[in-house]
Amino acid sequence: MSQTPTRTRPPARLGDRVFAHAASGAGITILVVLAGVAVFLLRESWPALRAPSEQVPGGEGLVAYVLPLAFGSLLGALLALLIATPLAVSIALFISHYAPRRLAQLLGYLVDLLAAVPSIIYGLWGFQTLAPATVPVARWLEANLGFIPLFAGPASITGRTMLTVGIVLAVMILPITTAIVREVFLQTPQLHEQAAMALGATRWEVIRMTVLPFGRSGIVSGSMLGLGRALGETMAVAIVLSVSGGITLNLIGTGNPSTIAANIALEFPESTGLDVNTLIATGLVLFVVTLAVNMVARWVISRRAEFSGAN
Amino acid sequence: MAITTPQRPGTQPARGAIPLIHDTLPRRAPWLVLGGSMLAGYGLSLLLVGGNLVAAALLAAVVHTLTLGAWSRHVEGPRRATDRVVTSVVTSAFVVAMTPLVSVVLTVVTNGITRFDVEFFTFSMRGVVGEGGGAYHAILGTLIITGLATLMSVPIGLMAAVYLVEYAGRGRLGRAITFFVDVMTGIPSIVAGLFAYAMFAVFFGPGVRMGIAGAVALTVLMIPVVVRSTEEMLKLVPNRLREASLALGVPKWRTVVKVVLPTSAAGIATGVTLAVARVIGETAPLLITVGITTGTNLNPFDGRMATLPVFAYYSYVSPGVPRDPYTDRAWTAALVLIIIVMVLNLAARLISRLFSPKTGR
Repeated sequence: MSQTPTRTRPPARLGDRVFAHAASGAGITILVVLAGVAVFLLRESWPALRAPSEQVPGGEGLVAYVLPLAFGSLLGALLALLIATPLAVSIALFISHYAPRRLAQLLGYLVDLLAAVPSIIYGLWGFQTLAPATVPVARWLEANLGFIPLFAGPASITGRTMLTVGIVLAVMILPITTAIVREVFLQTPQLHEQAAMALGATRWEVIRMTVLPFGRSGIVSGSMLGLGRALGETMAVAIVLSVSGGITLNLIGTGNPSTIAANIALEFPESTGLDVNTLIATGLVLFVVTLAVNMVARWVISRRAEFSGAN
Repeated sequence: MAITTPQRPGTQPARGAIPLIHDTLPRRAPWLVLGGSMLAGYGLSLLLVGGNLVAAALLAAVVHTLTLGAWSRHVEGPRRATDRVVTSVVTSAFVVAMTPLVSVVLTVVTNGITRFDVEFFTFSMRGVVGEGGGAYHAILGTLIITGLATLMSVPIGLMAAVYLVEYAGRGRLGRAITFFVDVMTGIPSIVAGLFAYAMFAVFFGPGVRMGIAGAVALTVLMIPVVVRSTEEMLKLVPNRLREASLALGVPKWRTVVKVVLPTSAAGIATGVTLAVARVIGETAPLLITVGITTGTNLNPFDGRMATLPVFAYYSYVSPGVPRDPYTDRAWTAALVLIIIVMVLNLAARLISRLFSPKTGR
């Protein structure tokens, strides 16, 4: 076959070219900003990374400084995940399969409102209302389950404990996890569900046989996105948690390890010199960890669906 | 006939025949049990912890689940019983999740109403010790910084979304931007604040505090939200509108500006409003980049500014003596903040309901 004649393209219009470049420029700007976050954080934390260990706050080097904080972040976030994931799956099921159709959208909107409340308000609420309410629970846990290291006590009388922080964080990550899980549940093939129903399955059996297996990736990535949020949550932890440093598994005691994010918020306004660089270095650690968690979560979900928590 | 005649519920099926109809609970059973278990839950809570409402609700849910499950198992068999138990558990999970929302709103309103007066909105904190004073400076600061962040993030976010939908196709750059925008939604706000501080510290020296730095931090948090919501809205614009416009010889860029964007304007406005609602309550990045001041500073390029969330934070955690006026102001600031956020959320829903074109679904 002879070569196809080269098509004569109309000369690209100036307006078209300018607009196309503006659009792709905006897209590239976003990538540059993300790279800029990494570059500037690295640049400003460099002095702390290079400093001799005596000069870092605590006097035992950067690793020894970050480690308890990272432990605190992880403990609080995992506790939140443990509370929030089963709740989120149940709520997603309720909205997608149990609630009356007409109400479902309104109920979903109510759950989203939980995400709209600013974190500072969760902090004030956690301090004022939730913390005192957990005191009797903590006392009971200490008395009856004290042999488990998590509940060793002695129970804090203010309630500003890791347990309270875990509950507050769970409330805060509930909306994002629920949104993702709900979205994936709704994508379950209708034919699967109808086939199960036609075989006489009850509603729960339909869900167990079709919805849950289909939605597994949604549950995994939804809870990982929640984990990312919980790791980075700052103000609520900074206000609620009574901090005394040190690594402990005790959830209800008076001495709790701080978290990376809360420590930055508490220390940064008063810091100068190398202390600032150290705090930025801990921020860099947080950035890398949350970035990794988010990327894995997005990768898991991108194999399944076009969905993001941003809408 | 070979088919067994249907048995009346409750009668013994003939020997060897398979029953075609199961015994079922009366339709009102779940509600009856709910009523009973609410009473039981309240009674139990009185006995155990002295009448706490939350404890009563939790106990009622447990009693309801167990009673209904046992009754159903006795009458309907294990499969139906499991189904009813799951229904009850899933519904209670939703109620449990709503408890904090109600509790937060109640706490903020009851504590914040004390200082919800004219003085709070018209006075700054300059020279105020103890009673009086207000958050005039903080409210203006929040509006200025959030406004600047919106001005920076909306053009970038809008154009990036246009690129993703109208130009990128399935190219690598488009996929990379989509992926990293999603990843960006998960950046902790404190990291965005540190980034803005680090960037401004390079140019203005360490210890820099400026309104514009806070706006940059908020921009980082806003961009992904704007991109994703705009992208969703642009995708909803029917292709035949674009084709009709292009077929008339309209250049592509004019098609986008005059056809695609106006069609999705309501949805984009909704997305931007929600994005503003999300960042207006951010505290951590502003704490780091903008700091706090007692006087009114309206120039975002010159030194510290007060913002509503940071004002609430400092009033609460480092009050003066006596303590009460400071915590009262903190709660009122929180109340104002929650009102702003809720109004923005409502406005967003209204915009999308009133102005969006009918999609035919």
